[in-house]
Amino acid sequence: MSTRKFHQADWDEPLIFEIGSKGRTGFAVPQPEPEVMDTVEDVEQLVPLDLLRKSSPDLPEVSEIQVLRHYIHLSQMNYGVNSGIIYPLGSCTMKYNPIINEVLASNSKITEVHPCQDPSTVQGILEILYEFKQMYLNITGMDDATLQPAAGAHGEWTGNMLIRAYFEDRSELAQRTEIIIPDSAHGTNPASAAMAGFKIIEVPSGSDGCVNLDALKAAVNSHTAGLMLTNPNTLGIFDHQIAQISRIIHDVGGLMYYDGANLNAILGKCRPGDMGFDIVHVNLHKTFSTPHGGGGPGSGPVGCKAFLAKYLPIPDIEKHGGMYTLTSNRTKSIGKVHGWMGNINVILKAYVFSLSLGGAGLKEASEIAVLNTNYIQKNLLNIKGLTLPFTPEKPRKHEVVFSATKMNEDTSVRALNIAKNLLDRGIHAPTIYFPHIVQEALMIEPTESEPLESIDEFIDAIKATSDLAYTKPEEVLKAPINTAVGKLDEAKAAHPKTICLSWKRLCQLANE
Amino acid sequence: MSRAHPYLPNSVPEIKQKMMDAIGVKSIEDLYADIPDSLRFKGELKVPGPYTEQEVRKLVAGTLDKNSSLKCPPFLGGGVWPHYVPSVVDEVVRRAEFLTSYTPYQPEISQGILQAIFEYQSLICELVEMAVANASMYDWASALGEAALLSARLNKKTKILVPNYISPDRLAVLKTYITPAGMKIEKFNQNKFTGMSDLEDLKAKVDDQTTAIYIENPSYLGFIEENVQAIGEIAHEKSALYIVGVDPISLGLIKAPGSYGADIVVGEGQPLGNHMNFGGPLLGIFACNHDNAIIRQMPGRIIGITETLAEQRRAFVMTLQTREQHIRREKATSNICSNEALCSVAGAVYLSLLGPQGMRDLAETITSRAHYTMRRIGNLPGVKAPAFTSYHFKEFTVQFEKPIEQINSKLRADGYQGGLSLKRSFPELGECTLWCVTEMHSKRDIDRVALIIQEVLEE
Repeated sequence: MSTRKFHQADWDEPLIFEIGSKGRTGFAVPQPEPEVMDTVEDVEQLVPLDLLRKSSPDLPEVSEIQVLRHYIHLSQMNYGVNSGIIYPLGSCTMKYNPIINEVLASNSKITEVHPCQDPSTVQGILEILYEFKQMYLNITGMDDATLQPAAGAHGEWTGNMLIRAYFEDRSELAQRTEIIIPDSAHGTNPASAAMAGFKIIEVPSGSDGCVNLDALKAAVNSHTAGLMLTNPNTLGIFDHQIAQISRIIHDVGGLMYYDGANLNAILGKCRPGDMGFDIVHVNLHKTFSTPHGGGGPGSGPVGCKAFLAKYLPIPDIEKHGGMYTLTSNRTKSIGKVHGWMGNINVILKAYVFSLSLGGAGLKEASEIAVLNTNYIQKNLLNIKGLTLPFTPEKPRKHEVVFSATKMNEDTSVRALNIAKNLLDRGIHAPTIYFPHIVQEALMIEPTESEPLESIDEFIDAIKATSDLAYTKPEEVLKAPINTAVGKLDEAKAAHPKTICLSWKRLCQLANE
Repeated sequence: MSRAHPYLPNSVPEIKQKMMDAIGVKSIEDLYADIPDSLRFKGELKVPGPYTEQEVRKLVAGTLDKNSSLKCPPFLGGGVWPHYVPSVVDEVVRRAEFLTSYTPYQPEISQGILQAIFEYQSLICELVEMAVANASMYDWASALGEAALLSARLNKKTKILVPNYISPDRLAVLKTYITPAGMKIEKFNQNKFTGMSDLEDLKAKVDDQTTAIYIENPSYLGFIEENVQAIGEIAHEKSALYIVGVDPISLGLIKAPGSYGADIVVGEGQPLGNHMNFGGPLLGIFACNHDNAIIRQMPGRIIGITETLAEQRRAFVMTLQTREQHIRREKATSNICSNEALCSVAGAVYLSLLGPQGMRDLAETITSRAHYTMRRIGNLPGVKAPAFTSYHFKEFTVQFEKPIEQINSKLRADGYQGGLSLKRSFPELGECTLWCVTEMHSKRDIDRVALIIQEVLEE
């Protein structure tokens, strides 16, 4: 067993404001043609005197190569799935972001197209959106969908707005005020439901990590508007009681919402629509391989059963006689959730990924993702200090959540320290301290992309960290030391006296 | 013959077998045994493929080729605008370390994206003259929705006043955002000849329940609002917030909202180095004053400066996270998680490249070309451009005596996309279109378009 020597680049890079000098520029703007200038004469006369900007914005003055090098240096102080070794960040599905997706997404026939162009001039894009929607419906088992939501949480909120519209239409909104959410859910679930005006009822998980049916039965009543659920859940466990759960919710007149964050486990194996869900969202930046871009853009299309289709956002794309058109016929639509049609460029990448794998390939991708997870699960069970809460004998799906509580008690090394040790070995950390129902959680999701060699390297790194924790714990606590910067003072960043959110503020603080 | 897929390194049968042996299962199906049979999907997914890279490239490029080729960028704006994206911007956002990274929850290994977004926030602050900007919202429309919700949380009031000529798309999104909070929207009048906000009407409508007054400057229809100072004063007299929506490109030439009393600035950052992409991804700008009450109610991620514990070296972290959904859950200030981070990096590179002089030069070039177009088209008999007698930046209304579709279809036939029809949004303006002219439209393009319009009108 060996773990590699790693050190991230550290350029000690100044802020862009601290580079450059007066008169430099990184981009030459074309001048208007002489006839244009003759017609216009004095540009300052084209703006009302009171509205003319008299002082230039205090932007940096840097030449092109300085800007380029600066941002390349910064990129080298960052870690991506395509540039690292393994990115096992639980719940985030950090799979390979194929290059061909980027190549096609930089085609000027998509990048330079305006959303208000006449539909006859954008038939190619409309065809791709239409076709992707058909695939999406088939994969999720839904009847209709909107591609408008720009992210997963945006989709959750859109879905909750559909629930709202449904009950409003039935004159039950005053009564249907509660959305039930398990305690293992992502934070976006309660936040999204709250933004749609619902009260959140949290239900505890059972000892098997699944929904506690008794608690659920006690929580439902005539106020129940719906339930939000991931399946497999955030522990990576498939909730086998899902049909009963759906029945409990439907019996009181509520709707079932599927959070597709964990869809990567079950492509072609089972479908939310067949489990009894009425509404779903899918994170294209997870399951469909589109890059996360350091936090976005994502895309979170929302699907629903036929009886909810009339509430979906407008516009929709229809196909008539080989021509694609935009329509706004959904009379009871919740309206719009995005300025235009959503994150089209992201959707194109998801479309390319789907075609690259095909139906059988998508299913195989899920299978391999699950295989990889269970291989990690099996190997980490033998590592000193780690335990697997909730039915350790059961197979996991796309992810597995270990606890470092034992290690913490034995050695004072916490999940956080394990994470930082992995960074020192050139490996991205798992998600830590989530879900909240696992103490000292290490949430690991390898995806289908990782070769066995990378997975073994990850396991070896965890093993090495555990060995070190039980022999020289003080060494483990020093991490990270091979990253661009070491441990940070996060309290200082949020303190009212020292908080600094901009360059201008930094200058002010320096003068105080 | 089945070969391992390039994206599936462990699909090689021997490797699969080795891993299954290690786990102690006979088949991968055993790992799905806990899913009840009645729920299993027995069919095959209806997704064409698998296609090799070579095949998929040809296939998808072929589909994209069904989009028409235009002779110059469309004369369309309204919230997404054709602007030039410098090559350096695309080069930076293609970098795998940025492109394929997650949200920087591990700051020590993510200083690059954290600093880049901090720089974006700082550059936006300079441009709009506000103290704090967040890391991004989905787009201008959602930023407006969030601004309205923030306003209501702060002052516990429920009515937002918006201009009559607000963008219909942003209005629709705003409505969706605020409905669950029990808020309502009321429109105030704008002069039908000049477009200027009717201050008397505004004064009559602002009341104790008014949480905020919102304006767009330049407006959706392109005219520059001249009463910006007075509108802010009207808002503040009633303890309402003043929210201003902007096109950041205009700020090279037009006063920044921070200089005329805005409390919150929203806008569309797409023109700052992001391609149009048929309307997404976009870049929602969200900025406010350095007021602790507002900052702690802000939606979305914010990057702050801190120090390393050991050496007191400058470093960057996500901060004020206790506002956010992953900590505060249903009590969070917003549900936003994934945002438009990479678009904000593009914005940072763009503003760094252009600098103060570049932003000024660009605004001058754009407004010169726009004015040339207004005169060129406006001088044609049977055309009024602009329809409003006021100052304009890069967008303007054009009224025709002939049906819009007659003109636009002729332009299309010649390879040009003319202005957006406003007939559905603002029927009172008649055969009126919204045009946008930028640095992407040459005099030659403009002259050619004017000639085609002239031909149609003379038919």
